[in-house]
Amino acid sequence: MTYRSNLERVLSDGKFAVTVEIGPPKGCDPNKIKEKAKIVNGWADAFNITDNQTAVVRMSSFASCCILKKMKMEPVMQITCRDRNRIALQSDILGAAAIGVKNILCLTGDHQSFGNHPGAKGVYDIDSVQLIHILRNMRDNGIFQSGDKILAGNPDVFIGAAANPYADPYELRVDRLEKKIAAGADFIQTQSVFNVEKFSLYMDEVCSRGLDDRVHILAGITPLKSVKMTERMRFFVPGVDVPEHIAKKMENAKDPKEEGYNIALELISEIKQIKGVHGIHITALFWEDIIPSLVKDSGLLPRL
Amino acid sequence: MIITKKKEFKDIVDVVGKGPVFIAGCSECATICHTGGEEEILEMKNALIDKKIEVTGSILLEPACHLLNDKRLFRQHKKELERANKILVLACGNGVQTVSEISKDWDVISGTDTLFLGEIKRANDFEKRCQMCGECFVDTFEGLCPVSRCPKSMLNGPCGGSKNGKCEVDSELDCIWILIYNSLKEKDELHRLNELRDCKDWSKSLKMRRTL
Ligand code: SF4
Ligand code: SF4
Repeated sequence: MTYRSNLERVLSDGKFAVTVEIGPPKGCDPNKIKEKAKIVNGWADAFNITDNQTAVVRMSSFASCCILKKMKMEPVMQITCRDRNRIALQSDILGAAAIGVKNILCLTGDHQSFGNHPGAKGVYDIDSVQLIHILRNMRDNGIFQSGDKILAGNPDVFIGAAANPYADPYELRVDRLEKKIAAGADFIQTQSVFNVEKFSLYMDEVCSRGLDDRVHILAGITPLKSVKMTERMRFFVPGVDVPEHIAKKMENAKDPKEEGYNIALELISEIKQIKGVHGIHITALFWEDIIPSLVKDSGLLPRL
Repeated sequence: MIITKKKEFKDIVDVVGKGPVFIAGCSECATICHTGGEEEILEMKNALIDKKIEVTGSILLEPACHLLNDKRLFRQHKKELERANKILVLACGNGVQTVSEISKDWDVISGTDTLFLGEIKRANDFEKRCQMCGECFVDTFEGLCPVSRCPKSMLNGPCGGSKNGKCEVDSELDCIWILIYNSLKEKDELHRLNELRDCKDWSKSLKMRRTL
């Protein structure tokens, strides 16, 4: 069996996968992203490169993936529908596949009003479900969205999507996931999990529909760095559910950093037990240097 | 209806300069929006005169987007127009352009900001309903338009950010996808949300002209 990417190989082998997010710098200094990448190199199976996350202008996801490739690290290129229409999106997919990007994660994107250019015109020509579907058709059927044929090479990539187990209305959460799978998603990275109980229920439903056999789900983990960050995640980030008991723990901690780290360790060990979860996706916002020990202490890597 | 809002008066004064200016309002949408009816024309006239700006006259166009009516009505105000070097139009962007078309010798100034095609909920309360995409398919979405009413125009919504029925982008705004969901749920047809909605054909919105 040949695999498209290292991430696909790890997941298909039934191993518990680890992905780590790297945010490109707010500037063109390639050393900035290289430094971040060096810290986490070897501590994940693939590395997500965000695409102007929260609508703040940063080095492009595509260029950052090129830099990572040169460092012999495997990127997951994130691509959003906010800034590009179907022409640019498909063109970037071809370009990324050409330079050897093997994983692409399709997102609708955070609305421009949240970022540092609120006056920008959002594109939103298509949405994430449609992007997943387009990518699958490009890969498997060699056709563009318009139906026109690809003439010189289909992008052979492992297709990713995001899922939020906490969003309203709860009743639709697994349906939304199923829709993304039907559209063509091979793997899913979820919103940061803090409320394990609710996530468990979600996964029960996922497994009872047999979706865990059709897609690889990586649960999101975000180590909390401070009380302020906990508050922000709790009240201002759409679709995040930080339960009271975790917020309390952070508030009462002598050393919030250490507490946040321990909470993350606990979450990982609980999530590992949940049926249908095939890996962990770590997003350590402005705290990348914590990742190697988090991955090691939680027993994720190196694999025994 | 075309929904407009008043521009800041000081911004209008900046553009009008010393005048003299002629004011044109609109009998339809701008009247209902209270941005360009009889009252607003009078109000604008007095405010400009207070600023020592000469106002040579005014007119209520019927409506401002009607080329032939504009021509006819302007002829009746020839003298007042001749004394002005600017025309301030209190109507939607279409009205401003129609007036521009027949007023090559004047500087034509937009006096309102045109927002959207929307519904009158009650007096002075308007809500966006449509962005004239060229191919209406609201019947597939329970008569609710996600193209114009979801800030991300998602056809396979909702996104992951909707909370308590409100939109993640603006907590005052109903998440249109929750409204669609509620309506389907009531009919016990939630399964319809699982149908993958194809990309929209925006070439349909390219039509620049239609004749009857
Ligand atoms: S589908 Fe198009 S035409 Fe119909 S209401 Fe929405 S924007 Fe207007
Ligand atoms: S919350 Fe609802 S209306 Fe707002 S962007 Fe998401 S799907 Fe669209």
